[in-house]
Amino acid sequence: MSLELRDTAVRSRRIAWPASWLRGRRSPYPYWFYLPAFVIFFIFFLLPTGSSFYYSLTRWTLFDAQFIGLDNFKQFFEEPALTKGLTNTLIYGFVTSGLKVVLGMLLAVLLTSSVLGRAFMRSVVFFPVLVSTIGVGITFTVLLEPDQGLINDVLGVVGIQGPRWLVDPNFALLSVALVDVWKGVGLATVIYIAGIVSIPREYYDAARVDGASAMQSFIHVTLPLAWPATVTVIILSLIGGLRSFDLIWAMTRGGPGFTSDVIASVIYKQYQAGFYGLSTAGNVVLFILVTAIILPLYAFLTRREVQL
Amino acid sequence: MRSRARILSPVFIVVISIVFLVPFAFILLTAAKTEREASQLEFSLPTDWALFQNLADAMQAHDYMLVTAFINSVIITVVSVTIMVVLAAMVGYVLQRRKSRWTRVADVLILSGLIIPPAVVPTVWVLQELSLFKTLQGLILIEVAFGLSFSILLFRAFVATIPRELDEAAIIDGAGPLRVFFSVIFPLLRSVVVTVIVVQSVTVFNDFTNPLYFLPGDDHVTVQLTLFNFQSQFATSYNLLFADILLITIPPLIMFMFFNRKLVEGLTAGAVKG
Repeated sequence: MSLELRDTAVRSRRIAWPASWLRGRRSPYPYWFYLPAFVIFFIFFLLPTGSSFYYSLTRWTLFDAQFIGLDNFKQFFEEPALTKGLTNTLIYGFVTSGLKVVLGMLLAVLLTSSVLGRAFMRSVVFFPVLVSTIGVGITFTVLLEPDQGLINDVLGVVGIQGPRWLVDPNFALLSVALVDVWKGVGLATVIYIAGIVSIPREYYDAARVDGASAMQSFIHVTLPLAWPATVTVIILSLIGGLRSFDLIWAMTRGGPGFTSDVIASVIYKQYQAGFYGLSTAGNVVLFILVTAIILPLYAFLTRREVQL
Repeated sequence: MRSRARILSPVFIVVISIVFLVPFAFILLTAAKTEREASQLEFSLPTDWALFQNLADAMQAHDYMLVTAFINSVIITVVSVTIMVVLAAMVGYVLQRRKSRWTRVADVLILSGLIIPPAVVPTVWVLQELSLFKTLQGLILIEVAFGLSFSILLFRAFVATIPRELDEAAIIDGAGPLRVFFSVIFPLLRSVVVTVIVVQSVTVFNDFTNPLYFLPGDDHVTVQLTLFNFQSQFATSYNLLFADILLITIPPLIMFMFFNRKLVEGLTAGAVKG
């Protein structure tokens, strides 16, 4: 009987809802399905995030909080060790994100063309994404070792005097950023590959008929039509880059001195030192920085998409 | 242009292979060397292969810390991903099926979960108030909270491809919301459930920051933290350090070999739509 009923219901699309649902009191899609997820999300994410605004204004021992106004923030923006973290965060975020966009796009174009061993190459580029960040950090710390490390050895063979990478204050942050790109570019590449293969072949055929060169069809077909993928790559890698902590911690711990500190590592250091209020102020600064960059940028990037 | 591309592509392949494979070869080779040879940090074949000895030593070090860590990490990963899958599927399902003013609120919360960096000390404080600080349960709940947003997005997109007629048929048959969801819809989500499991278990297993903050101490060490301990305590034993890296790379490698397509699918979801 029930089978018959089901058939008619599907065919006619007129549903005999139980009377109690028709009265609007109960839906087959009850809101309480949200509840378990919301409770966990609220307690372990929203509540700490919300209370961070208050505790960033205090001198805090976890048991006792003394209100001190904006002192933590003042300290954050006055002490050179802390302001350095702010500028480094921006540099790190934009360098990694920019390189991932450019290299990810190049790799994706290469790996969607008819090259030999395409599937294997895709796997090779993607695999580092899945490997432990700390493991990658330790490995590259050894490879980047200035006197014994493999990378400077190889550079030496081709006649280049490699920089002192992680121990050079001017190079430490950049070195970590490059390793970040090595580890993360595979994700950008697969996102671009997904974007490029969804472009209908007809556009390329039409471009070729019109006499476009490979370069021209890349600029006028691939680039604009893969724009949603570009937006995704920019936003994802910026969010990751601005919040980045583990790779920097594994490779330099913010050093030499505090030349490669970012906000996330400052937060950890202040936490370890017991300055809970100051650490939380760092969290608030990072929160504001990330949202103040990501939200307008996302709105701006997707607005362009509509115009295309 | 065509011919030039043909000449260039083998060059690219060689360059890319070197750049991406040499670091892994280096891990394997160093993990196979004796302590003295490994300390020279050279990229060379070991004169004496000591791979299995090193793996065994790495596991036994510090009173089998790595074994304990593997057990802890597996417990944390399995439990948190299971909870995440069930709760996120429930939210994604209702969110897709029932549009209301709450949809907008949920959207904002999901977005905030994706972009806002978690506040460290206030989270420690909350955990401490609930007596969950330094416990596996505490970290499991943290992982769930931080992983929900992304999982919900995946589920919601997939539920949209399941015809509403199926829920309606079950409803007419008299099934309550729970039965509709768990016996009709959830089995149909298998494909995306696998995606979420694969992506989130790699994420949780590789997580370093959250165990560092919320599960400090040697009692409940996780695999990523063992690296950290080896790095400081075994400053000279590079062979054991890299044997450790090798061992903790195996679970993601297995995931990768069996679920490569699922992983890529999950991580690129939404890239085309934007």
